[in-house]
Amino acid sequence: MKSVSLLLALGLGAGMLAGSSCGKNPPPQTAATPTVDTAAENQRIRDSIDAANRAAQEAAERLRRQREADSAAAAARSSDEVRSTLAAMIHFDYDKSNIRGDDMGVLDQKVAILQANPDLRIRIGGHCDERGSDEYNLALGNRRAQSAKQYLVSHGIDAGRIETQSWGEEKPLVDGHDESAWSQNRRDEFEVTGGGDNLRRP
Amino acid sequence: MLALVALSVIPSFRRLTAQDTSAIDRGVRIGIIYRPGVRPGLVMLPRTGQGLDSVRAIVARDLDYSDHFEVITLPGGDSIRLSSITGPRRSSAGGTTATRGGAQASLNYPLYQALGADFALDITAAGDTAVATLHDIAAAGIRRTLRVRLPRSSDPDFRQAVHRLADQALQAAIGTPGIAATRILFVKDGKVYQIDQDGADQKLVSSSDRQAMSPAWASDGRHFAYMEFQAGKGWLYLQEMGGGKRTPVSTTGSALDFTPAFSPDGQTLAFSRATEEGTDLYTINIKNNCCLRRLTVGRFSDNLSPTFSPDGQRIAFVSTRPGLPQIYVMAADGTDQQLFAPFDYGVTGSSNAPEWSPDGQSVAFHRDVAGTLQVFVLDVRTRTVRQLTSVGRNEDPTWAPDSRHLAFVSDRSGYRQLWIIDLDTGRIRPLLQQSGARLPAWSPRLSEATSSTP
Repeated sequence: MKSVSLLLALGLGAGMLAGSSCGKNPPPQTAATPTVDTAAENQRIRDSIDAANRAAQEAAERLRRQREADSAAAAARSSDEVRSTLAAMIHFDYDKSNIRGDDMGVLDQKVAILQANPDLRIRIGGHCDERGSDEYNLALGNRRAQSAKQYLVSHGIDAGRIETQSWGEEKPLVDGHDESAWSQNRRDEFEVTGGGDNLRRP
Repeated sequence: MLALVALSVIPSFRRLTAQDTSAIDRGVRIGIIYRPGVRPGLVMLPRTGQGLDSVRAIVARDLDYSDHFEVITLPGGDSIRLSSITGPRRSSAGGTTATRGGAQASLNYPLYQALGADFALDITAAGDTAVATLHDIAAAGIRRTLRVRLPRSSDPDFRQAVHRLADQALQAAIGTPGIAATRILFVKDGKVYQIDQDGADQKLVSSSDRQAMSPAWASDGRHFAYMEFQAGKGWLYLQEMGGGKRTPVSTTGSALDFTPAFSPDGQTLAFSRATEEGTDLYTINIKNNCCLRRLTVGRFSDNLSPTFSPDGQRIAFVSTRPGLPQIYVMAADGTDQQLFAPFDYGVTGSSNAPEWSPDGQSVAFHRDVAGTLQVFVLDVRTRTVRQLTSVGRNEDPTWAPDSRHLAFVSDRSGYRQLWIIDLDTGRIRPLLQQSGARLPAWSPRLSEATSSTP
């Protein structure tokens, strides 16, 4: 903006100069010297117009770059958002592996993300609380991971994109020996195993 | 608690002190609580200045932990040294071979009999050989003299050699093999450790930084198997004891494989495999790395935690087919699957972690009782169960080779650690004094050639 008004001001100045030289009746004896002055003056004016143009171009370029950077950051922000939506855990009742009603929405979001990002591959890890038997919990964690996988597959996601794994009670999220810790530990975790670099928002 | 059924104990005990003991085990098998003084008394003779104090201490503890004896502690320890053992015995330790009913059996037998001892064990040194003399107090003579060459006490085999000596002494006294020369594998912080049955010599045996579970002994006592989490799968490994060389079981690594169990002949490994279809039981031939065989098809139920009967004919396992996990049994080829440990629908809690006893008569497991776990024992013949524990949370029982001791995990002391219970006497002792130990597996008898004079 500033450079544009500068350009206008220079243009106006140049016109005024030209007008004043035409409007007067210069004495003939002094005609030679003003000719020189006018050429230099014209050159100076041209130079300053060029400079102004360059400045304007640079400004526009800066603006363009800034816009590009802004949109890349926005894309990254959205990829991060998608990633964290994808990583949202689901939880289970004690010794159960069925998907709870309040977790279906969480899984539906994952279905949409997997549909919007066809190269994306994930692994679901099933976990248990410490109350059950150590070895039985490996089978239970497997059931929990499979439940989520089956939900995604039944909503159109290719089974080949989803690995499953069970950790039993070996990787508690929260240490503690009460229901608040246990309820957080009975969970499925979702991690990206491939195609997760630039996730598109569904 | 347990019913007191001390009926015919005293008659059979009398026979024991006389000579043979094979009847004893059968006669006092289940549900008996010995009253103090009913078990044969054994006294470890005090000795000074012979440099075998640690051997005597280890043997005395082993014999105590066998729960076959009332180990009698002499009042005042060494101060009760009797003139009759200090004098002439020294010369016998000098090299002459003491034999059954030997001439210099100059123990003051009436005195020890008055103290309640049926046996007295005297351990002396002859060079690098330990000489253990077992006196039969009632017969007023020497029952047996054992000679064992012991490694230096700094040698890693020292303690096992002493444990074997204790087992020989026990065998000489009552005619049944002991459990002193055994070890227990367990998991702590995701690693597999071994420890002697008396709580000494804890040693790391799993050889990677990955998280491990479910160690299991081969019946030769020279190998074990365990599961390791790796790249989202469960891998089964076979490893040599001591050496540490480990090899993955063939076909493992494609799924979550866990709870390995060796067949008694060491040819077959049974295990659980969790896939998209759920968890089912498989066997594989580990001698030829072939012949993966699926034993169960659970579909909507899980089948896991196999354990072979000692004759190798049957496998007990956990199945969720009744809704909650319960103990089932089948032929080793997967046929004839049926409920093993009875339960009441809607009343009995989950049952898990079965282990078949080495004598084949029982299966130990744990069951959810009012929100916590307790150890139970199933009688294979009558298919009745009895609850063994009631204090705290108690789980993952594993049989000693004598089929009368169980190691298990309990939090009765405030934190989870390993405990050992004697089913015959109900006596319980902690194996470890540190928290976090779990999934114990008791070894078979660990033999090594020893020299002994019968």
